[in-house]
Amino acid sequence: MRYRLPAGGRIDRSKPLSFHFDGKKYSGFAGDTLASALIANGAHLVGRSFKYHRPRGIMSAGADEPNALVGVGSEEARYTPNLRATQIELYNGLVAESQNRWPSLSLDFSGANDLFSRFLPAGFYYKTFMWPASAWKKLYEPMIRRAAGLGRAPEAADADRYTQVYGHCDVLVVGAGPAGLAAALAAARSGVKVFVCDEQDQMGGSLLSEREATIDGQGAADWLAQTIRELKSRTNVVLLRRTTAFGWYPHNFLGLCERVTDHLGLAITKQPRERMWQVRAREVVLATGAIERPLVFPDNDRPGIMMAEAARTYLNRYGVLPGSRAVVFTACDSAYRAALELKSAGVEIAAIADVRSAPNGRWMERARAAGIDVRPSTVIAGTYGRLRISHADLARISGGTMGHPETFACDLLLMSAGFTPSVHLFSQSRGKLVYDEDLKAYLPGTSVERERSVGACRGVFDLGASLADGFAGGLSAAKALGGTAAAEHKFSVFAQSLGRDGFIGAPPSGGKSRRTRAWVDFQNDVTAKDIELATREGFRSIEHVKRYTTTGMATDQGKTSNMNALGIVSQTLALPASQVGLTTFRPPYTPTTFGAFAGQSRGELFDPVRKTSIHEWARENGAVFEDVSLWKRAHYFPRPGEDMHAAVRRECKATRESVGIFDATTLGKIEVVGKDAAEFMNRMYTNAWTKLEPGRLRYGVMLREDGFVMDDGVVGRMSPDRFHVTTTTGGAARVLALMEDYLQTEWSDLDVWLTSTTEQWAVIAVQGPNARKVLEPLVHGIDISQQAMPHMSVQEGHICGVPTRLFRVSFTGELGFEVNVPMGYGRGVWEAIYAAGREFGITPYGTETMHVLRAEKGYIIVGQETDGTVTPDDVGLAWAIGKAKKDFVGKRSLARPAMSRSDRKQLVGLLTVDPNIVLEEGAQVVADPSEPVPMTMIGHVTSSYWSVALDRSIALALVQGGRARIGSRLSVPIPSGPVTVEVVQPIFYDPEGKRLDG
Amino acid sequence: MLLIKCPFCGPRPELEFSYGGQAHIARPKDPASLDDESWAEYLYIRSNPKGLHAERWRHIHGCARFFNVQRNTASDAIVATYKIGEEPPKPVDPGLEEWSSRSGAAL
Ligand SMILES: [Zn+2]
Repeated sequence: MRYRLPAGGRIDRSKPLSFHFDGKKYSGFAGDTLASALIANGAHLVGRSFKYHRPRGIMSAGADEPNALVGVGSEEARYTPNLRATQIELYNGLVAESQNRWPSLSLDFSGANDLFSRFLPAGFYYKTFMWPASAWKKLYEPMIRRAAGLGRAPEAADADRYTQVYGHCDVLVVGAGPAGLAAALAAARSGVKVFVCDEQDQMGGSLLSEREATIDGQGAADWLAQTIRELKSRTNVVLLRRTTAFGWYPHNFLGLCERVTDHLGLAITKQPRERMWQVRAREVVLATGAIERPLVFPDNDRPGIMMAEAARTYLNRYGVLPGSRAVVFTACDSAYRAALELKSAGVEIAAIADVRSAPNGRWMERARAAGIDVRPSTVIAGTYGRLRISHADLARISGGTMGHPETFACDLLLMSAGFTPSVHLFSQSRGKLVYDEDLKAYLPGTSVERERSVGACRGVFDLGASLADGFAGGLSAAKALGGTAAAEHKFSVFAQSLGRDGFIGAPPSGGKSRRTRAWVDFQNDVTAKDIELATREGFRSIEHVKRYTTTGMATDQGKTSNMNALGIVSQTLALPASQVGLTTFRPPYTPTTFGAFAGQSRGELFDPVRKTSIHEWARENGAVFEDVSLWKRAHYFPRPGEDMHAAVRRECKATRESVGIFDATTLGKIEVVGKDAAEFMNRMYTNAWTKLEPGRLRYGVMLREDGFVMDDGVVGRMSPDRFHVTTTTGGAARVLALMEDYLQTEWSDLDVWLTSTTEQWAVIAVQGPNARKVLEPLVHGIDISQQAMPHMSVQEGHICGVPTRLFRVSFTGELGFEVNVPMGYGRGVWEAIYAAGREFGITPYGTETMHVLRAEKGYIIVGQETDGTVTPDDVGLAWAIGKAKKDFVGKRSLARPAMSRSDRKQLVGLLTVDPNIVLEEGAQVVADPSEPVPMTMIGHVTSSYWSVALDRSIALALVQGGRARIGSRLSVPIPSGPVTVEVVQPIFYDPEGKRLDG
Repeated sequence: MLLIKCPFCGPRPELEFSYGGQAHIARPKDPASLDDESWAEYLYIRSNPKGLHAERWRHIHGCARFFNVQRNTASDAIVATYKIGEEPPKPVDPGLEEWSSRSGAAL
């Protein structure tokens, strides 16, 4: 560690750590970041740039870092790309690699992009990769992704665990720099519940690298330690370190991501990797600080070119010298402080180039007194050095022209254009930003939510003022809660003011800027020239310039670049910066893992799985399942050696010839009860219910108010005031919600109660000519003879000693029953029926067979034959409309002229002329297959199966004016050519319905 | 995530609720008496204001009741919540601003 000082900083020299970067072994200390440890080893080159593959070094010391993105993790399942080296806490055994380089960091073949940069101007992607569209997938996209990319996504599933937690507090303080800590003190002393979060491993912000300032008579470090002690000692305070407030959502709801174990490295831990806090705070204090701005000058992106405050942080916090001979380029006073502190630590300061014409004040005087060469009205005209800066050209600007450059040798160049307040969260909260002409920055203006900004994030930079501002903010938050605020506190601070100077845009260059490249957005490789080109090509809105040049669109969202881009647009368009506007701030503040957002919702816990009480029996008996909404349903029951088709043929045959058994539990069920239940049913369904006798069933059709079929199902009247309503499997919740909606908001005068009973009843369908014979010996107190229990009736009694609602109903066209028993008895009763049916060869069947059997009968499935644009008449259900009823949901819409046009799509049957062709569901129907593509499409196939009973294929379709086409021939084009079909009635089997009675 | 005060249960996070569209659109008493245009108006035409909006919400994962909300669509501030059948509170009263004390002027 050649560049490590023997003493000083907040690292622990008694705890050496070793780590690997690009396969090479390095050492560092506990308390280091990956960036500080690399710099201590003299390694500045850490990555290649996004587009031109330029060598890039560590530029900052925090969340704003645009260059030093690395992939971390020694195993694939714990690999994370695109992490900022400046925020990665070092641990023993850490393995990191640079990104976007091949074959190696110092020798990168795509670096040729740099030589051809004049062919890669702004909007290059838009201008070049346009046509042909087919080239996108195979040629352009892979090429762009390989050449201009960030890190690689890991290929193994994430092995870590992530959790989520809700937090509720009175005051949330975001940021634990001096202003945030002062706010936390004030709020905590007022007795309210306080959360303080900070993205770093230690709280303190700028105090962590403070040297000479004192607060209340103590050094900054001592004051910090004492303040943390006080906050920790209070039971009303929760301190969250390593916790980034990344997003603001309405009503003071903030997303915080806490990194729990990343810094522990390989240590075995029972803790989750990250914890997502969803915090509802009654009041928020934003103390999010400010980010130092780079200066835009030619070749300002070489390794060794760094933010002045970052250099100061490496020196003071990590005890690391970022170089041995530095040139400083500044537009403000703070870089003088950095220069002085580095000089006192042994770094030679070659010169300070100050873009200001007459810098003055204490800092300048101190620099001159220390013997530093200070040059006003001076800019950097160029830099040299391939993998690290070696020289810089300084040139004086006078009267708009640049003087002869003077070359200085250096291995470090510090820059500072002033500070950009971090207004990200404020802006996300929809607060109005106001441009401060003096500070050349956007500051929080009118708030929308219950928050206030304090300290540097609202342009209060000096330490004393910032502490006072923070404390006042904490008191104001406590007062806004209606409590008594703590006593005022006056901080006594000794710290030299840093002034408020700053610069945005590109400093004067004597007209040379068109020939050189000066970076604005380092991460997306956008130069001043690109932005000037965009404005020359007519882009004026900052949002358009952003999208055209991609400035500010990288993973750092332009933390270091947005204000300079805005300044350049303002310069080239000669518009005041305040009129150029600012791009929108969006969450997350820094990239946040998918893992944290997903939390426990992955794998089996991603979605609830609904299983019937018969599910396990089906599983044990070899069922293959399919997902139907959240339910697992048995799709078919293959015997050894059978594929789906073979199984379905066997199941169909057995059900038609003897008896089949089917788990229909997933049907939605709603109990409609009350004095006005029949009236309510009359209004909700197309059918008439008043005259339905108790003990009878009826097929009901429900429309939406727009007249289109929404759901259907069999409804049993159990007693005059009680209906057992069934719905489709997927429609249950929707139907109940619609019923509740009308009942609560339109017809609250009706005496009706709705209860979802889907999970209360197991439903076992027993279907086939022998169904009655199977059930007869099992039922108790129910006469299931044809005379006592005709088709579409229901009786209550017992089966196998279990109470049942026994439906005589058929969705197969065969004699059938549906046995409703309390859910817990589902499997027991199923097994009893199965045993009783053995002598008849009872065959369990799944949803596929159910579909085939109902299609043979032309029974529709809502959602398959209907698509939200289908009326009852379209699918042949006009008979289900109670004509005498004055009103029901959807009735008025059916009277609109368009609903009765003769060219509406109507349900028909299709029989392929070649009986062996099974059409694809969804295939289009055309009248004339000789038409050129695109042909006139007159309908589509909704259901299509191989029918065992008919020994040929069958299909249902919706076809324009379909009923009038019955008897004619149409065509269904498929990839191998048109298939000729005959249009027939949509019923293929037992059209007279004789089999319903066995 | 909005914080919505259910008139029956009190303030609860948005994820307990489902949105129910614009409020105060009564189903016509006698739909058959409406001409096609008026019926289409009832069915399809909804306002989309930037500012105060009366809308229905349902506390689907709570008491399951529908109720009405006055919300500022620009700021998301909820001005009032009230039961179905109750008269909407007089709008444009910044004093009613329940969530945000500061955006009253925006109403
Ligand atoms: Zn409620």
